[in-house]
Formats: sequence, C-alpha cells, structure tokens
Amino acid sequence: MDKFTTLTAVAAPLPIANVDTDKIIPARFLKTIKRTGLGVHLFDTLRYDSEGRERPEFVLNTEPYRKAQVLIAHENFGCGSSREHAPWALLDFGIRCVIAPDFADIFHNNCFKNGILPVRLPRAVCDQLMEDARLGGNARVTVDLERQVVVRPNGEEIHFEIDPFRKHLLLNGLDDIGQTLQYAPKIDTYESRQREEKSWLPGITVA
Amino acid sequence: MTETKPRTLFDKVWDAHVVEQLPDGTCVLYIDRHLVHEVTSPQAFEGLRLAGRKVRRPDATIAVVDHNIPTSDRRLGIAEEESRIQVETLERNVAAFGVPYFPVLDARQGIVHIVGPEQGISLPGMTIVCGDSHTSTHGALGSLAFGIGTSEVEHVLATQTLLQKPAKNMLVRVDGTLPFGCSAKDIVLAIIGKIGTAGGTGHVIEYAGEAIRALDMAGRMSVCNMSIEAGARAGMIAPDQTTFDYVRGKPYAPKGEALERAIAYWATLPSDAGAQYDKTVVLNAADIAPMVTWGTNPEAVVPVTGVVPDPAAEPDEAKRAQMQRMLEYMDLTAGQKLAGVPVDVVFIGSCTNGRIEDLRMAAAVTRGRKVADGVRAMVVPGSGIVKQLAEAEGLDKVFLEAGFEWREPGCSMCLGMNPDKLTPGQRCASTSNRNFEGRQGPGGRTHLLSPAMAAAAAVTGRLTDVRDMA
Ligand code: SF4
Repeated sequence: MDKFTTLTAVAAPLPIANVDTDKIIPARFLKTIKRTGLGVHLFDTLRYDSEGRERPEFVLNTEPYRKAQVLIAHENFGCGSSREHAPWALLDFGIRCVIAPDFADIFHNNCFKNGILPVRLPRAVCDQLMEDARLGGNARVTVDLERQVVVRPNGEEIHFEIDPFRKHLLLNGLDDIGQTLQYAPKIDTYESRQREEKSWLPGITVA
Repeated sequence: MTETKPRTLFDKVWDAHVVEQLPDGTCVLYIDRHLVHEVTSPQAFEGLRLAGRKVRRPDATIAVVDHNIPTSDRRLGIAEEESRIQVETLERNVAAFGVPYFPVLDARQGIVHIVGPEQGISLPGMTIVCGDSHTSTHGALGSLAFGIGTSEVEHVLATQTLLQKPAKNMLVRVDGTLPFGCSAKDIVLAIIGKIGTAGGTGHVIEYAGEAIRALDMAGRMSVCNMSIEAGARAGMIAPDQTTFDYVRGKPYAPKGEALERAIAYWATLPSDAGAQYDKTVVLNAADIAPMVTWGTNPEAVVPVTGVVPDPAAEPDEAKRAQMQRMLEYMDLTAGQKLAGVPVDVVFIGSCTNGRIEDLRMAAAVTRGRKVADGVRAMVVPGSGIVKQLAEAEGLDKVFLEAGFEWREPGCSMCLGMNPDKLTPGQRCASTSNRNFEGRQGPGGRTHLLSPAMAAAAAVTGRLTDVRDMA
C-alpha cells in the first residue's frame, strides 16, 4: 500500500449525496480477479452514455478534472455494497483523497486499506471547497495528513479529525495484516480458551 | 468488585470476541465464521499467495458461488467468460487453501446469506463476516454479522480476526401487531423510510418490540438484511425460543447435549434491563402498510396507497435536485399514485426474500391466478435446499402454472451480474434490497416490495395493494 503524507492536487467537485458504490463502479465490472484496471469504469453511468461515449457535462470528463486526485462530495458517500472495487476504481483513476460530510462505514474502512484518505468535514466546508475546486487547475487543494489540515487555494487551513491508529498506518503505508500478526500469540490463547468454553461450537467440513 | 454496567446484546457479543484492545480503543476482534463468495475474494486469496500466508482456520470458513452464476440449467456450465473465470478462480482457491465449499451442483449451494443460517453454520452469539454488505442478515440469529471489504477478507483469512472499533448501539423498537397483508419486508422498508439511508451510520441496530418478536426467523432475516440500507453496520435480534427452535436440527449446528449447553449460553445474550442505547427509534406496527419504493434509494418509500412525493415541497435544494433526478430516472411524476403503475418484470428472490417462507407468501397470492400478459415474472429460490422444499410442497407448480419462470438458486436479478438483467427502461417489482440506478441492469427501474406484493404485481401487471386481492 502506498503511503499517504501530503498531497497537493486538483480537486473535482461532485455535489451529489448518497453516492452509492453501484454508482462508483456498477456490478457488471466486478468480474475482474485483479485490483487494477477499474479506473476507466469509475462512475461509469455518470461518465459515459449508453453508446460508451463520454458525457461532456460530467466533471471527470473535463479539464483539469481528468487529473483530479481529490474528490469532494456530499453526505453518505460510498453507501451500499461493500465492494472494495469502489476504492480500487477511485485509486486506479488517480483519486487519493475523498472529502465529504460523512461516509458509509464499510467504504470508509475500505479507503484506508488502499491508501485513500477519507476526510470528514462539515457540509458548509465541503461546499466552500467545491466552490474552490470549480475555479479549475490553478486552485489546487493541499491535504496534509501529518498536520491534519486541508489547505484551501487561498491558504486558509481547515483542521480535520482522524483516528490516530489509522493515521499511523496510512502515513507509513503499513499493511494491517502485518500489524495484527504481532498479536498472534494472543490469538492462539483466545482460540484455546474458546475451544474450552465453547466446546459445543463445531468446525466446518464439507462431505 | 465493580458493578458491571448493563450491557446490550451487541456489547455482549462484542466483549466475548475481543482478543486484545489497543490503546486507542481499536480491538483485535475474533471472527467465528467467515463466509466467502466468488466476487470479493479473488484478490484476497491472491494477497495471501503473494505474502506466502495460509488460511488460519479453514474449518471456520465456508465458500459458495452465488453472484455470477446463471439461474438456468447449470450442468451446461457458464457461458459468460468473465463470470466463468471468477467461479473457476474461487474453485481453484478453495482447493489450494483447503477451504470448505458447496459447489454449484450441490443442493446446499445458494446465496451465501441464505446458506449460512440454513446450514446452521451461522449461529447465535457468533461474530460472522463476509465480503458482502448484506451479511447483516445473520444478525437475526443474535450474532454480530457484518460486511467487509476484500482487504478485510484477506485479513480474516490470514488472522481469523479484524481490527475494529466498537459501533454505537441503536435500538429500533416496533411495538404492536403487524396489520393484515404486511410482512417483515414492510417493517424494514418502513424503518428505512423513517430513519433514512444514513440513519444507522456508525451504529449496530438492535430490533426489538412485539412485532419483531412475533416474526419467524425468515422474517427476522429480512429485517436484519436491510440494516445496511439504513447505513447501519449490522442488525441484531436477541435470540429467543424462536431462534433456538430454528437452529435445532440444522446440519452444522451443535446437537444433543452440546446444543443444550449452547442454548444455555445463548440465553444469556439478550440485552440487560437498563442497557443504554445511543439512539432509540420507536415505530408502531399498526401504522405500517404494504410498502413500495418510488425512487432510487430505499429511503424513497411510501405505502402502496400513497403517491409519489413532490420535490417542490422539499426545502433542501440538494435533496430537491436528487428527488427530481429520481423521478426522471424512474419515469414517474410528482403526485402520481403508486398503485396502478404498470410493471414489465417481477423478480421474487434474493437474500432478502428468497427463503421458503417468502415463496409461500408469494405462492399464496399467485395460486389459481395467471401472470398478466406481457409481464416477465421469475422466482429464484435462495438456495438449492429452498428449491427442494418448495418443490416438495408443490410451490413450483403454483408458479409455473401461473406463468412464472422457476429458476436455479443464486443472486440473479438482484444485481444482474449473471444473465438475469433488466433492459434499459424496464420497470421491475422486486423483492430484493437495492433500487439504485442500474442495480438490476443498466437503465432498469426497480420498485422494492414484499413477496406478496411482488406476486400481486405479477398477476395484475401493475403495482397493486395486495390487500385488495384477498
Ligand atoms: S442476493 Fe443481492 S444483495 Fe443478496 S448477496 Fe446476492 S447480490 Fe447481494
């Protein structure tokens, strides 16, 4: 997983609430067995018409937003299906940070596992950042994870909250599994205790 | 010794699975059951392979294929290449890692959330995860069951744990008795209509109250299934006699004396008197009517006697625009009555309503009637076992004689990853759980409703109040 430290980039405004993961990446693109290559299908139905042509009005089809690395949206971003293909598609497109008033839980979790920083900021702030983003390529936003600030193009700094443990993993690009395996002896102990206390709990074998 | 604080059902199941609590409150949480399917697992197994890791507890893991598989005769194989590759990849992975698996031609194959409880693989008091948001279904047994992403699938495969912070507790109490013509699906749609698609975010919902207690396990599963549609991480219902009776005799459930010891433990799980919830919502079952969605998220729902709401009456500008877009997409107009809207397709199935009890409710309305001209109506049992049970009761005949298609088990038109899809502009009365744009096929229009309401729509060709058909 790539580290996330600071990012200065073009932000794309997507003023929609309840952007579900079916919208981020429709089910018909979930048949891949890889993590990469989904960027071209990101927001497929918003981005392309039924003939597969780009819809010129969609933000990611316009300059400078084709190169956006930050996405700004409204409430409940990433609701619906647990598909990690949603953050994979965002990442493959180049998005490293999503800013919204709030996120659906599973999507929020999935972002961290892929080096994407989800930033929760109040709706009014998101609206302001969207206005900034509409100014185009010269109005880049900076997201500084270490200092937990979003810096507007005019230099104003906006603080955001983040879970310290997740911040640590993201700043260092650490893999969760490696972290957890430090606790392997404790997991062993838990399992032997469970085998005793819940001896009624059967294992699964398929005959 | 300090007084122990009264705990909720969620608190108890959570506490019983904490392996280690880190200083910031994150827990290493032990996972009792891990359900795996073909869509969200390939990259996880690949990750294990790259890191040279094994599956820590194959005996706590079960794999099925459900999302991609055709619901026509499966002995013919899978024609669609990418779907076939995904299924074959799962089969290779379960063989390589020694994971138990119900293959496509096994009667026990079905939608992962139908199979777990049906086989007694999902039990009360467990932590259960799956790379699928509707894992919340299993919470009906009084387990903590939630959906995870593929990285977490890999994490559980490798460590049998997850790194998690406890959720907040939310109580949704449904008092009173459900009126005639309504079922569990109407309860959960009414709840989502009330609290909204983000109403449960950050919370685990415990469903309680007389109307919930009165539900059979199938109904409880329908309710818990859609917790995620209210934004909640999971839904739970305290185990009781209904739960114990359901579990008894299930193939993978404990038997005899072991079962009695298990029940003695499960009986300690219901929330203590005085347990605190961060949020409480109360509904009166008597106010619930058969529900139907009009928009493109499950919160856009009204009783079938209602009308399409008017965006002009919505004060929030962004919401108004969203409603307007929903109406355009759904080809409905403000003020239009829902009853009477013609449908092209009827889909009865999915992990929300693909159980035998759901098929019985649909068959009761269908019996002796015919599917309306021009309507494609299909029943997709949730598992091979459900299909067998239905055929033993003659439900397949009821549906076939009426003109329904009677298909093989799987997710099917719930998400259209297999050949069962809506075509652009088609309108579908569906017992599934998501009405997002394009969910059942690009350009398709979905109305979510109960199995009885779906059957009523099939025979009249229109959204219909099932109470008018008694
Ligand atoms: S039936 Fe639908 S909601 Fe349920 S697991 Fe399958 S695709 Fe997901």
